[in-house]
Amino acid sequence: MDPDHFLPLCSRQPIVQDQVVAGSSYWKESLRRLRANRIALLGIGILIFLGLFALFGPMLSPYEHYEMHLPMKNSPPSSKFIFGTDELGRDMYTRTCHGARISLFVGITAAFLDLVIGVAVGAIAGCVGGKWDEAIMRTVDILYSIPHLLIVIMLMVVMGPGIFTIIIALTFTGWIGMARIVRGQILQLKQLDFVRAAEALGASRGRILLRHLIPNAMGPILATMTLTIPTAIFAEAFLSFLGLGVQAPATSWGSMASTGVYALRFYPWRLFIPATFISLTMLCFNLVGDGIRDAFDPRLRT
Amino acid sequence: MQLFATLLRKFFLLVVSLLCVATLTFILMHTIPGDPFMQEQAIPAEILKSMYHHYGLDDPLTVQYGRYLKNLVTWNLGPSFNYEGRTVNEIIADGFPVSLALGCESLFLAIGSGLLLGSLSAAFRSGWQDHMAIFVSAMGISLPNFLIATLLQFFLAMKMNLLPIARWESFAHTLLPALSIAALPTAFIARLTRSSMIEVLQQDFILTARAKGLRMRQVILRHVLRNALLPVITYVGPLTASVITGSFVVEKIFAIPGLGHWFVSSVAGRDYTVILNITVFYSFFLMACVFLVDVLYCIVDPRIRLREGRITKNQN
Repeated sequence: MDPDHFLPLCSRQPIVQDQVVAGSSYWKESLRRLRANRIALLGIGILIFLGLFALFGPMLSPYEHYEMHLPMKNSPPSSKFIFGTDELGRDMYTRTCHGARISLFVGITAAFLDLVIGVAVGAIAGCVGGKWDEAIMRTVDILYSIPHLLIVIMLMVVMGPGIFTIIIALTFTGWIGMARIVRGQILQLKQLDFVRAAEALGASRGRILLRHLIPNAMGPILATMTLTIPTAIFAEAFLSFLGLGVQAPATSWGSMASTGVYALRFYPWRLFIPATFISLTMLCFNLVGDGIRDAFDPRLRT
Repeated sequence: MQLFATLLRKFFLLVVSLLCVATLTFILMHTIPGDPFMQEQAIPAEILKSMYHHYGLDDPLTVQYGRYLKNLVTWNLGPSFNYEGRTVNEIIADGFPVSLALGCESLFLAIGSGLLLGSLSAAFRSGWQDHMAIFVSAMGISLPNFLIATLLQFFLAMKMNLLPIARWESFAHTLLPALSIAALPTAFIARLTRSSMIEVLQQDFILTARAKGLRMRQVILRHVLRNALLPVITYVGPLTASVITGSFVVEKIFAIPGLGHWFVSSVAGRDYTVILNITVFYSFFLMACVFLVDVLYCIVDPRIRLREGRITKNQN
């Protein structure tokens, strides 16, 4: 309720002529909106830094991640060990870098597989329509109502812990959200005129799907993928906390945090360091995902 | 009439989903490597055979599946293989009331604070209240619940001695665990409330109400809240799931004798029947909650009733 709306006409600004704006595509506009979102840019910056940290961090350290220095175990951060040592005397800094590799790998791979399966299923359901659509959507609805994390825990118990079993367990029910969103997008886009034009020009259904529908649905797809990664990272940390995560000597932030919890009273850095990294990563992915979703939202298009 | 048809359809979907979970659990139970009687000492073959026969494990799979489904329907969830003499039914009866109490408390906390934060955000948009609420939401979403639980325990209980550290004895004991579980849902509800309130506040009927002379407070209480609450109701399903999984870690950290604690112990001890049967129980409970909320939503929002009715009519 803006008081300015109720000013008499003569005291308002004169109406400006429509300015001629250079035409730009959906992608360019969305990327421009994303670039204007400073919080999302900050998130992207931090994520790039974390990626570099994961890839090149261990090179900066004189220690290996499994190297034990038992006389120095549980020592706080110092000039010799930047992040301190854990209960077996291993350097926390190197372990954090390796943890970054594994946690990020699990998160991104699980999200990417979710993307591939979800887009395939959603595209087929949306594009083919009819009875196939009904059948697929019924199945998806049923699977969607099954609690996701419980199924993951069950699968992990049965398959045994390990990086690839975690990824498989996370992907097992994770693709459903993506499939629903992709199907919704495709159903919306199918009605637009450019699809009809392509059909009239004789394009095959497959070509329309690959060349027109999916690229235009990319915005929400990317946003959903970016928002799935923190869920996967959190799930991996959760599983490690229950003892179902990656096994020694491989390390992830989740397993470091879960052993650090028990040492919180006397050696708090063992929890705070992996915890900070987990939280920072999840926060950044959430901010970037929100930014992408807002940037590609067609309702904000000028 | 159309409303009844919709509800019937939803109930049917619920039953099919439950069947899927039960079947998946059954399949998983039988793909576990090794047999349930693997002990440190080798058991003579004769005894093993009679144990299999006693538990019905030597029947063909279809017969076992039928028996499994019958057991589920009659609520007989079988024995625990790790704890001599305890059945899963007993474990659930012991632990579930505690978890239920904790869960309800977290739910109230989450919905209450989430709505409050979200409304403040929407009312003072771009003010310091908004920024603070957004910050708190961001923290709630990105900090894993086991982290929040340990931090709260460390700072509020151990260092500052404000609240008890662990166990489940008085009301004060319930505060920290409930707070830890409620953190993530609060953040989601706050965001949801904020965006839906902002959307409602931009509607024309709000302008009409103000033009008629209603004060802002009355407008919010009479018109805005009702409409903004609807998306929050749809979130209650994932909310319950989050409370359940939150209870696993929080009960472990605060040594609360609830079902989550039992579940985590059986996961660590690989007590397969307990794990799988408790999972089935949780799934049933969760899906029943979602179904009830769905029904509630259909009743509460007249637009859903009309829309569903219109769709069914058009299909005829």
